Amino acid sequence: MSTLTREETLELIQEVLEVYPDKAKKERAKHLAVNDPTVEQSKKCIISNRKSLPGVMTVRGCAYAGSKGVVWGPIKDMIHISHGPVGCGQYSRAGRRNYYVGMTGINTFGTMNFTSDFQEKDIVFGGDKKLDKLISEIESLFPLSKGISVQSECPIGLIGDDIEAVAKKKSKELEKPVVPVRCEGFRGVSQSLGHHIANDAIRDWVIGNRDGDESFATTPYDVAVIGDYNIGGDAWSSRILLEEMGLRVVAQWSGDGTLSEMELTPKVKLNLIHCYRSMNYISRHMEVKYGVPWMEYNFFGPTKIAESLRKIAAFFDETIQAGAEQVIAKYTAEYEAIIAKYRPRLEGKRVMLYVGGLRPRHVIGAYEDLGMEVVGTGYEFGHNDDYDRTMKEMGNATLLYDDITGYEFEEFVKKVKPDLVGSGIKEKYIFQKMGIPFRQMHSWDYSGPYHGYDGFAIFARDMDMTINNPCWKQMRASWQQLATGEALPLAASA
Amino acid sequence: MPSVMIRKSDTGALLFYVAKKDMEETIASVETDTPEAWGGRVELTDGSQWYLDPISPPPRFPTTLRFTRAA
Ligand code: SF4
Repeated sequence: MSTLTREETLELIQEVLEVYPDKAKKERAKHLAVNDPTVEQSKKCIISNRKSLPGVMTVRGCAYAGSKGVVWGPIKDMIHISHGPVGCGQYSRAGRRNYYVGMTGINTFGTMNFTSDFQEKDIVFGGDKKLDKLISEIESLFPLSKGISVQSECPIGLIGDDIEAVAKKKSKELEKPVVPVRCEGFRGVSQSLGHHIANDAIRDWVIGNRDGDESFATTPYDVAVIGDYNIGGDAWSSRILLEEMGLRVVAQWSGDGTLSEMELTPKVKLNLIHCYRSMNYISRHMEVKYGVPWMEYNFFGPTKIAESLRKIAAFFDETIQAGAEQVIAKYTAEYEAIIAKYRPRLEGKRVMLYVGGLRPRHVIGAYEDLGMEVVGTGYEFGHNDDYDRTMKEMGNATLLYDDITGYEFEEFVKKVKPDLVGSGIKEKYIFQKMGIPFRQMHSWDYSGPYHGYDGFAIFARDMDMTINNPCWKQMRASWQQLATGEALPLAASA
Repeated sequence: MPSVMIRKSDTGALLFYVAKKDMEETIASVETDTPEAWGGRVELTDGSQWYLDPISPPPRFPTTLRFTRAA
């Protein structure tokens, strides 16, 4: 049970908003809400996907980050050119920990950074010639790449380069797909539009490539895993469950994925979508154009896994349904042991989350399996449809915050006093210095996988390791030490 | 005139999705929904009204159609 009542939570929001000037207060008030699981439509109480206000700290990324970093980047056998100045690609290189198998630099290129390294003269005279040359160079150095994508950074749109023309020309020349992606950072309000643009580029340049080609032998049990970026091996620990229940995973989008897997996806029987936010667009497209239905699932924590496996199996025949039951039975002893071990250590602990994509709602079940409670959650770049889905998962009178600012997040944490905060690297050290256990939930704090039954074991261990770490009792000098067992007061408000 | 994707949800209700706006709503009522034609005034659960000249024969869902906002 949440310790705050609805009125207290409302008061807390008002209190936090108090410092803002009137205009900012009015704007930010729309992004903060107290959850009511009975409300069907989130837009009645929370506004999302709006431009962040200048002057407040936001942790959002740009459209380029959404396209290159999230959707395209993990496709391992293609080379993704960060077209523009060097920084955008270099500072985000390999940060998401999308694992893959292959020889980097030979047939896979996931952790490498390719950039056109724009200089002043490229801005003045245009970069199309440079791009042309760069693509030829890539071809001679990395002949085993299966295709190239051009990920535009801000200047490309500003100077009006015609990357589409270059891409068409080079694609003909090399006989490989060269995909221009118009994901300049200034488009949209967050990385979310980058996902959409990237999905549209896949729709226009990849999905139709094998239309009319029936040479791929299909089975009635073909599925594709969509929106799993294989962070720390997530897609692998999901995939084995699907395979064990008798399905054939034709494609992984896009963690450890390949171009040919994507091209084959319209031929599957069902698209399974994990990160709804970043890949619902392409799933909807495949449904309309190829009649491939899609289904959302959740592989965090045994309760949700079992629910999802059954839901997926219900789409297929009895053999798969029996398979799903077998898989659940097979892992029952394993996860019950995990819960028996960690639940007593984590029971009743309260968590606040602030992440992106699917996690603000998907991981709630995993925490609940460990006896923990999520008392606040929010999306960096969610839309209304995300909050619609979240409000049903969250408890009554819990906090919802959209595109929360650095200040608001700190204040909420000071007042709500959670036992764990799960957010990104930019928040990590602030909260750790406040003496609050913290997990970096974007790339699992260099751990993972967290999906599937195998992932749950690691998830439980990590949460225990963080919350029950003896270091939190050592945050004060020995002469100021509190009586053992007493909770540390949070750092005095700044 | 936004183009709208219409699909069936798990429960069989029709969902109304506007890609440009990332708006997903459930259709509450359709003016003409007969074996011969589908369309006319469409009301969503959020109260908004949309219009499409009835199509015959009725479209097979999922599909993309162009709607106009009805006052
Ligand atoms: S906003 Fe523009 S310059 Fe900044 S990282 Fe994104 S693409 Fe690069």
